[in-house]
Amino acid sequence: MEQVIQQVVNGVSLGSIYALIALGYTMVYGIIKLINFAHGDIYMIGAYVGFALTTFFNFGFFPALIVSMLVTSILGIIIEKVAYKPLRNSTRIAALITAISVSMFLQYGLMYFVTPQTRTYPEVLPNVQLKLFGTNAVIDLKNIYILIVTLVLMVVLQYVIHRTKVGKAMRAVALDGDASQLMGIDINKTISYTFAIGSALAGAAGVLVGVYYNTINPLMGSVPGLKAFIAAVIGGIGIIPGAVFGGFFLGIVETGVSALGGSLYKDAVAFVILILVLLIKPNGLFGSNQKEKV
Amino acid sequence: MLELKDLNVFYGGIHALKDVSLKINEGEIVTLIGSNGSGKTTTLRTISGLEKAKSGQIIFEGEDITAKPASEIVKLGISHVPEGRRVFSTMSVYENLEMGAYIRSDKAGIRKDMEKIFNWFPILYERRNQNAINLSGGEQQMLAIGRALLSRPKVLLLDEPSMGLAPIIVNEIFEIIKDINKDGMTILLVEQNAKMALQCADRAYIIKNGSIELEGTSEELLNNDLVRKAYLGG
Repeated sequence: MEQVIQQVVNGVSLGSIYALIALGYTMVYGIIKLINFAHGDIYMIGAYVGFALTTFFNFGFFPALIVSMLVTSILGIIIEKVAYKPLRNSTRIAALITAISVSMFLQYGLMYFVTPQTRTYPEVLPNVQLKLFGTNAVIDLKNIYILIVTLVLMVVLQYVIHRTKVGKAMRAVALDGDASQLMGIDINKTISYTFAIGSALAGAAGVLVGVYYNTINPLMGSVPGLKAFIAAVIGGIGIIPGAVFGGFFLGIVETGVSALGGSLYKDAVAFVILILVLLIKPNGLFGSNQKEKV
Repeated sequence: MLELKDLNVFYGGIHALKDVSLKINEGEIVTLIGSNGSGKTTTLRTISGLEKAKSGQIIFEGEDITAKPASEIVKLGISHVPEGRRVFSTMSVYENLEMGAYIRSDKAGIRKDMEKIFNWFPILYERRNQNAINLSGGEQQMLAIGRALLSRPKVLLLDEPSMGLAPIIVNEIFEIIKDINKDGMTILLVEQNAKMALQCADRAYIIKNGSIELEGTSEELLNNDLVRKAYLGG
């Protein structure tokens, strides 16, 4: 029983990270139908910005989190303007290849400056452990921080998307670009906002990972990036609640598999789930097959 | 009020509009009639900035708007109800109307106009919290028209409002179009349903293979032998 509780706690933390990254994937896909493979590397940059701020400038957890989110959101806007915007009307495969190139550029570009060595985050959060419900399962204070930060960001995101003008414009552009322009919506600006928000969420995930797992390196973004992509596809790419569900689901399944002694196979399990979802419900678990009325 | 001068538009390598010129005066309903693929929709898309003209000019209230982006043209007062309605499917009726008022920030005015739309289309009020995709075709058309009106346009471009609707609904929609016009709106109506369009419009242009073939008052065209044969079924 303790084991189960413990693994769920760990799974939720990992799942929070996946979910935050998956949101950016799904939002960008929703609006320009591009799988932004550089998204995992924006998460990596977020981790490094957080590392620099906490290590060299003695920032606390929350200031570092917020500044990292700002930096990654600006990075996201620049990447879109420089790399993706010129290809907006070209084939999808061209944009996809560009995304992979941007990913490598970020990985190896950063490596040039910070060297490939692994860095260790300082202890920015107090190391407190709580026993849960009188059992021996322990919750680290960090687990609680991760979950709360993730939930707060998701609530803010929901608010932005459903209640603000910018958010409604984002939904409108994702649904129908031409019709949105006829409403007077500036598509370029709306796409920039989408990249900014998605990248900020990835940046937050980067800082959370640094704080939780302590170590970071320039290639840390590729595997979680792929996992978050899988999470987004499981939920139904382009669908925001789907990305959140997919992230938590994948996080919990992976920790579960590891706990059962299959840690070597946890990546394989993630891909098997992806294949199953694609076979059984290609639009994702939250996707619909509803056709538009004519 | 709105004038097209020698407009040439290419659409994926096809010469879709060839020297198209037409004119709409304030307060008129002008209709552009033609068969499938004749260039009707391209004309409207070029006016509202979704397609770019290769040559020619679009003049609106004395200003050349040919090169302006779509999102700017709405602000000048041209609102386009696109072919196939194109309502935002997973947004509620209310949110769709809000998007129509996207360029405005006068909350009180928007609320007032929204009430006006709900008076015109009571069914939209009943369904204001439902997603647009759950509306019937006719209701979606009403929503698309209401949405376009909420930007407070001076000219309304309507692209085949009768498409895919039952005849009784088509009558209803055309009555609404006349009402909107009586309320002071200038309208450019694109239709395949030539009879309905001519009965409702003041003047008409007939477009074929991207060129304007004929123009005149609706009455003239209703009595024109060529038009009767080609577009009114004899």
